[in-house]
Amino acid sequence: MRKILFAGLLAGFSTMALNAAQAVEIEYWQYVFDTRVKAMDKLIENFEKANLDITVKQTTFPYADYQTRVIAAKMGGQGPDVMQLFYGWLDKFAAGGILQPLPTDAFPHDKIESEFFPIISAMKRGDDYYGLPTAVRSLALFYNKKLFTEAGLDPNNPPKTLDEFVAAAEKIARHDASGNLVVAGSTLDMGGQDHQWWREVLIRQFGGEPYTDGDRKVIYNDEAGEKALKFYTDLQTEKKIGQAGFMDEGQAAFRAGMAGMTIDGTFRLGAFKSIEGFEWGVTELPANAEGVRSNYASYFANGISAKTEGEKLEAAKKFLAYISSPEAMDIWLKEVGELPARRTAAMTDANLADPIYGPFLKGLEYAHTTMFVDEVAQRQNTIDMTNRILLEGQSVKDSLAQAAEAEQAIIDAAKP
Amino acid sequence: MRAKRLVWVWSFLALPILFYSVIRFYPTIEAFWLSLTNWDLLKPPQFIGFANYQKLFADPQFWKVFKNTFAYLVIGTPISLLLSFVIAYHLDRVRFLHGLIRGLYFLPYLTTAAAMAWVWRWFYQPAPIGVINNVLGTLGIPQHPFIRSVDQALPSIMVTAIWAGLGFQIIIFMAGLRAIPNTFYEAARIDGLGEWAILRKITLPLLKPTTVFLVVFSSIGFLRIFDQVYNMTTNDPGGPLGSTKPLVLMIYQTAFSSYAMGYAAAQTVVLFTILLVVSLLQLWILREKK
Repeated sequence: MRKILFAGLLAGFSTMALNAAQAVEIEYWQYVFDTRVKAMDKLIENFEKANLDITVKQTTFPYADYQTRVIAAKMGGQGPDVMQLFYGWLDKFAAGGILQPLPTDAFPHDKIESEFFPIISAMKRGDDYYGLPTAVRSLALFYNKKLFTEAGLDPNNPPKTLDEFVAAAEKIARHDASGNLVVAGSTLDMGGQDHQWWREVLIRQFGGEPYTDGDRKVIYNDEAGEKALKFYTDLQTEKKIGQAGFMDEGQAAFRAGMAGMTIDGTFRLGAFKSIEGFEWGVTELPANAEGVRSNYASYFANGISAKTEGEKLEAAKKFLAYISSPEAMDIWLKEVGELPARRTAAMTDANLADPIYGPFLKGLEYAHTTMFVDEVAQRQNTIDMTNRILLEGQSVKDSLAQAAEAEQAIIDAAKP
Repeated sequence: MRAKRLVWVWSFLALPILFYSVIRFYPTIEAFWLSLTNWDLLKPPQFIGFANYQKLFADPQFWKVFKNTFAYLVIGTPISLLLSFVIAYHLDRVRFLHGLIRGLYFLPYLTTAAAMAWVWRWFYQPAPIGVINNVLGTLGIPQHPFIRSVDQALPSIMVTAIWAGLGFQIIIFMAGLRAIPNTFYEAARIDGLGEWAILRKITLPLLKPTTVFLVVFSSIGFLRIFDQVYNMTTNDPGGPLGSTKPLVLMIYQTAFSSYAMGYAAAQTVVLFTILLVVSLLQLWILREKK
């Protein structure tokens, strides 16, 4: 009798445990961007099929609110189990106790380091990794084939060096009788991606480095930085190939067919795909005369919330492993158009031969990732630096010195 | 019976008072406390004394913003009041299409500020898309940078803010004008007073309560200007080199892009003080002299 009772109890417990295991629900957060949300829905569907005991609930917020929501949820003791974050937010999120280090049993360091592109190091603090990306983004030069043809340039032979870039832009740029820009050779928009181009690409191509000490010390206030900045502002003041604020935004000018070239990222592909008025192409960012190339890469990673533990943590680990698997990356590339974060998934022959993905992927090999402490403030600082030259007539040297000092102050203020 | 009615009155009043205490007064007092801390949303706030205020007053950006905020106030309020009075004064005498004209002036006030700001942003663009610059171009006048200029940006945005608030001020002024008994005017005309003298001796003095209300109302509006500036300069918030940035936008950026809540709270306390002082000063200057 007693045995039966015991067996019954045991059975009861085990079914309870089973029920509990079936009931594991984890919450995933990301910001609203149509293709990303749809791609994630697909990944969740696949994941749930393979893991019948786990359900994943996706919650999204508008991009402008997203960070605030995560931080506010943390304060309220709520929030997701797995969340998406921009690599540049990691300092804040790790220091604020929002994320936990990735458990090394599921995510061994040597595997992360050998399989992902080197820019994964931006997710490392101390000895721990805090997140893994599904996809990465890099920059490339978009060019308008119609305007190339009209300017007498070969639409299948886009500029390869900075000199060729300037020469092509000069041929494309058109002004009306009063000297107003009508068609830009290339867009000039520091608020867009140009600040990354200047910081991580041009400075290096002119022989300098933007930062040292894990990007905690500004060192671009030297001859190379000055040459890079002069090159950039000369495009407007001397060469007159473009104008800051032309058509409101660089990407708008290119979309409207009013700019021959623009530097932008993979994330712009979706918006440019709907262009109907002209054919466009993509090529690697121009090299300097010595053939030095550079690029800026960035990514959104997925991390596990600090509060997640027990069976939810186990489920979260499985989910994170799946959404950073080669299979997930392939789905993401097809749905969103962003590049796989694993080298083997990215550098396939088919991808490299792709006329659109190819140039972006090549850029990943030599890309740098700025370790921003406050991306908005640091970008604003670069915008102000060029505006002082373009609008107030400050000398390149003085403006650069002022910008370096101000950016160092931003970085110092963010020290935890 | 009376006591019972009082109970009823107070129980109805208690609800909004309670609501205001929770929604308005409590956060206001909390902001004073937060301004003395280094709260960053993530860690519990720590008391740091007046460090936020020291940092604020030593920040050249703050003084620029402070200057901008007062530029909006000092230029915007008189111009908008003068304009709306002149329009209301004349519109009051127009019978032909009166309703339509009044409606046209009032229309911008009904439109969302953000939507209007985006339309104006498009107006102000350089050629070939900017409407104003295109017109200038066809007239052979060189184009102006407007919101892309450190000098023109603030006036450009102020024009839109004045235009948007004009309709409301005109309606209030007209209501004030209508409230002046006609007999005063008739008596004055019989006494042989000219139009200018009537305006100076009768209309303006009797319009004073309306004017006081509008001065205070419009000043607070200009001191808190945000929508127009934010929406017209989203790709370089606050205009080139902060040339159009008002205090409210600085507070918004400090709080929701740098997450320095304590520092942002200190800025709101400064704004609160400015609003209070300016309003009290205006009420005192424009008080009834007995």
